[in-house]
Amino acid sequence: MADISFLMLIFFLVVSTMDKEEGLVRRLPVMPPENVKVEDQKVNRRNIIQVKVNSQDRLFAGNEIIDIAQLKNKIKEFMTNPNNDPNLPDKEVLFIEGFGDCLVSKGVISLQNDRGTSYSKYIEVQNELIRAVNELRDEWSMAHYGRRYSRLSEEQQNIVRKAVPQNISEAEPKDVTKRRR
Amino acid sequence: MSKFVDKGKRETPGINTASLPDIVFIVLMFFMVSVSMRQTDRKVMLSLPAASEAAKLERKDLASYIYIGTPTLQYQRLYGTESQIQLNDAFRSIEDIRDFIASERESLSEAERPYMTVSIKADENTRMGIITDVKQELRRCSALRIMYGARKVSAISSY
Repeated sequence: MADISFLMLIFFLVVSTMDKEEGLVRRLPVMPPENVKVEDQKVNRRNIIQVKVNSQDRLFAGNEIIDIAQLKNKIKEFMTNPNNDPNLPDKEVLFIEGFGDCLVSKGVISLQNDRGTSYSKYIEVQNELIRAVNELRDEWSMAHYGRRYSRLSEEQQNIVRKAVPQNISEAEPKDVTKRRR
Repeated sequence: MSKFVDKGKRETPGINTASLPDIVFIVLMFFMVSVSMRQTDRKVMLSLPAASEAAKLERKDLASYIYIGTPTLQYQRLYGTESQIQLNDAFRSIEDIRDFIASERESLSEAERPYMTVSIKADENTRMGIITDVKQELRRCSALRIMYGARKVSAISSY
């Protein structure tokens, strides 16, 4: 009995993996048809923040070189625009089913990277961007439902997702470093 | 009086192994419950980047995997140390992704196809060039739901 169990145990140890499926889920933009010339989407300048990572893994957001530690708060400030600064994104009143009218930021985060950027840095930046949005969602649901986003019901989560959108656009690949030369 | 005389030849009894099958069985059960079967042999060295916001993939059966990284030592003689793309069980090029996605999509039922997720598992030392190429190819195949494989950590220590 012990021998048989032992054999099975060894078998399972060999054929199995322990790794969990975890990661950052993203949605890629639709590829425009090849014969159509890509027109830049008309997004108001104030509504877009550019986050660039160059081949030396240096980070550039808004109009300045910043450290990764500052990125999250910068994004949060950009998305909320607490003082209605004319240089930060506009807000629009949007009717959300099940909630009512709500002020929604029009801000879009545009992430650009170089071919030489390291993957770990890229994921780190992506992570910070998602973290900023997740924290905003937590704050919003705390203010309106008194609970954290993860503890809301599915419908409520849908409402929060509409009220605090995650507009991270992965731009067409550009050579960030070369353009500066 | 000889009843109380010490013979001086006592031996320690052996460990009782009657419960050994039970113990092994419990360990076996634990492994059977906690693991998933390995589907493909990984041929690239992989250490996933860390991310605090990593979320669990809900439907593992809808995921297709693209591995990107340096080939393991036994394959380096053939493929070198440059980052390679592994689809299923072999090293492939960017152009093969189209067929790979098509066949993965074929294997799913009609209703589930829109929810197919491509999980990109890339080593943290990979350069973004190859990943950008893969992403562009995925866009061309309209496989738009992707996941960057990452290892969940509680909070990133920023040096």
